[in-house]
Amino acid sequence: MNASVASKIVSMQRAIAEHVPSGSMVVLGAQLEQMIPFAAGHEIIRQGRRDLTLVGPISDILFDQMIGAGCVSRVMAAWIGNASAGMGYCFRRAVEKRIPRAIETVDHTNLTIALALHAGAMGVPFMPTYTTLGSDLLKRNGNLREFSSPVNEDRLVAVRALRPDVAIVHVQRADAAGNAHVWGSLGVAIDGARASRKVILVAEEIVAPEVIASDPNRTLIPGFLVAAVVHEPGGAHPAPVQGYYGRDHAFFHEYHDQTRELDGFERWIKHWVTDVSSRGAYLKRLGEGRSESLRVRNHAFSAPVDFGF
Amino acid sequence: MVAAAAREIHDGELVFVGMRLPMIAFGVAKRTHAPGATGLFESGVIRDTPAPELLYTMGDPSNLLNATYCGDMLSVMSLLQQGRVNVGFLGAAEVDRFGNLNTTWGSRNGQQVRLPGSGGACDIASLSQRTVVLLEHNCQRLVSRVGHITSPGNGTGNGWRREQGLPLRSGPSAIITTMGVLRFGDDGEAYLASVHPGVTVEDVLSNTGWTLRVADDLATTPEPDPAELAAIREIDPQHFWTKL
Repeated sequence: MNASVASKIVSMQRAIAEHVPSGSMVVLGAQLEQMIPFAAGHEIIRQGRRDLTLVGPISDILFDQMIGAGCVSRVMAAWIGNASAGMGYCFRRAVEKRIPRAIETVDHTNLTIALALHAGAMGVPFMPTYTTLGSDLLKRNGNLREFSSPVNEDRLVAVRALRPDVAIVHVQRADAAGNAHVWGSLGVAIDGARASRKVILVAEEIVAPEVIASDPNRTLIPGFLVAAVVHEPGGAHPAPVQGYYGRDHAFFHEYHDQTRELDGFERWIKHWVTDVSSRGAYLKRLGEGRSESLRVRNHAFSAPVDFGF
Repeated sequence: MVAAAAREIHDGELVFVGMRLPMIAFGVAKRTHAPGATGLFESGVIRDTPAPELLYTMGDPSNLLNATYCGDMLSVMSLLQQGRVNVGFLGAAEVDRFGNLNTTWGSRNGQQVRLPGSGGACDIASLSQRTVVLLEHNCQRLVSRVGHITSPGNGTGNGWRREQGLPLRSGPSAIITTMGVLRFGDDGEAYLASVHPGVTVEDVLSNTGWTLRVADDLATTPEPDPAELAAIREIDPQHFWTKL
C-alpha cells in the first residue's frame, strides 16, 4: 500500500463548502432510485447555494427539494418528480408559477442524459443515437441536434457532451483515497463521475485499501478522480442502499402529501433540513425505530471471487 | 388491465419494464404464461425471475436480489437501441389516435400542468420492437392530438416513423386502458380491438377524445383467469398499484 496517499476524508459540511460553489453544474442521483445523496443535497440547501444546474436521470424527490429551496436555476434531467407517488410539487410551482424562482428545464430522456455524460466521460463532443427522433424533446432541447450519418444514410441525433463541475455519488464503501465499491443499480454513476471535473463520494463505510483492492471489478472509478470522501452512514435515506437499508416508501408518500402546498413544503424543509445541523441530527429526528425497520432483514452475500494467480 | 398487459408478453421475450403497473404486469407474465421472459430495467438491472416482493420502484433492493445482471444504464439501453428488446411498457398522461405519448405538459381546468417528463419512455417508444401503453380511459387521457410528443408513436400516420428516421422494426403495438384494448391499423391509427368484460362500445367511444374506429371482429377481453388473479394478489396483496 502506498502510505503517501493523503486521506481525502472530510466532513459533509466541508466537502460542500469547498467543492460546490453557487453556479455549479452538479450530478446527483446518478443511480436512479438507489443511493440518492440526500445528505449532500440537504447540506447544499443549508449552505444556501444558488443558481445550480442539476444533472441526473431522475433523482426522485431530491431535485424537488433543492428546487423548492431556491438553490436551482436549471435542471437537465429525464424525469423530475416522486418515483412512487407521482408529481414533484416544488418542480411544478417553479415551472408554472416561478415559486420560489423561475427555473429552466432542459428535458432529456434517460438514454440522452446517459449519452451526454458518456460523451463527457469519453472526451468527445457528442454521442449519436436514434432516440428522440420525431419527438418534441428533440425540437426543444438545444443539446440534441439531428444530423446525417457520415457512414450510411441514417438520420441520427447528436447528444451534446456534458462536463459537470462536480458529481456527488453515494457508495457502499470507500477507502480514504476515494477508491469506492458500489453494487446494485449503477445507472449513470460511472460516466457521471468520469465526466465531471470533481467527484465527491459519500460512503456508508470507510474501509482499508486492501478491502477495495480485493475486488477491483467493483470499484466505481479510480480514487485519483475523487476530490473528497465523506463518511455518512444513513446518508441516502429515504433512498435505499443495497445491503445496508431499504427504501422508506412511506417517507416519499408523506413528502408528497405534505408538500402539495407551498406552506406545507416550507414546514417540511424546516423540519427535515434547515432545522437540523447534520445528517446525524436528521437520523435522530427520524428515530431509531424507523431506521431499525429499514435495516436489512435477510443478508444475501455473494460468493467470493478468486483474484489469485 | 394488468392481466391484459401481461398477455402482451410472449414467453422467451426480452421485455423493457417501465415504472408502476408494468412492473406488476411483468411479474404476472413470469408467474403464468411467460416463465422464460427476461426483464430489462433502465437502472441497469436484468432479471429472469420475478422480484420476490412488491416493487414501488425498479430500484427497490428486492429487484436486485438474485438479478441476472446489474450494470449501468447504457448496458441495457444499448440492447434496446440495437433492436433486441421485443416489447416495452409505458404509462402516459395522454395518448393520441396515432399512439403518440405526452408525459411532459398536461392540462387541468385549462391550465398548463408541468408533468415529470420522459424518463426512459421516449427511448422505449423510439427503440423497442413493440410498445404497449397502459392508462386510464377517459377523454382527458385519450385525446385526438397530444399537445407535446414526449414519446413518438406513429406521428401523423403510416410512414411517419420512417420519415423521422426511427428504426423500421419499432412502433406502438397496443394501448391497454381501464375499458379495453386498442391496436393499430396499417394506416397507423388506433382502433378498438376488445372491450373489457362489462364495458360497452358506447362507454368506450364516449370516453375517447376522437371518433375511435371499432374492429369488425371486436372481441371481449378475456377475464383474468385464476392463475393471473392469484399472481396479481401475490405480487400486490395490499392493492397499492392495482386498485381495481
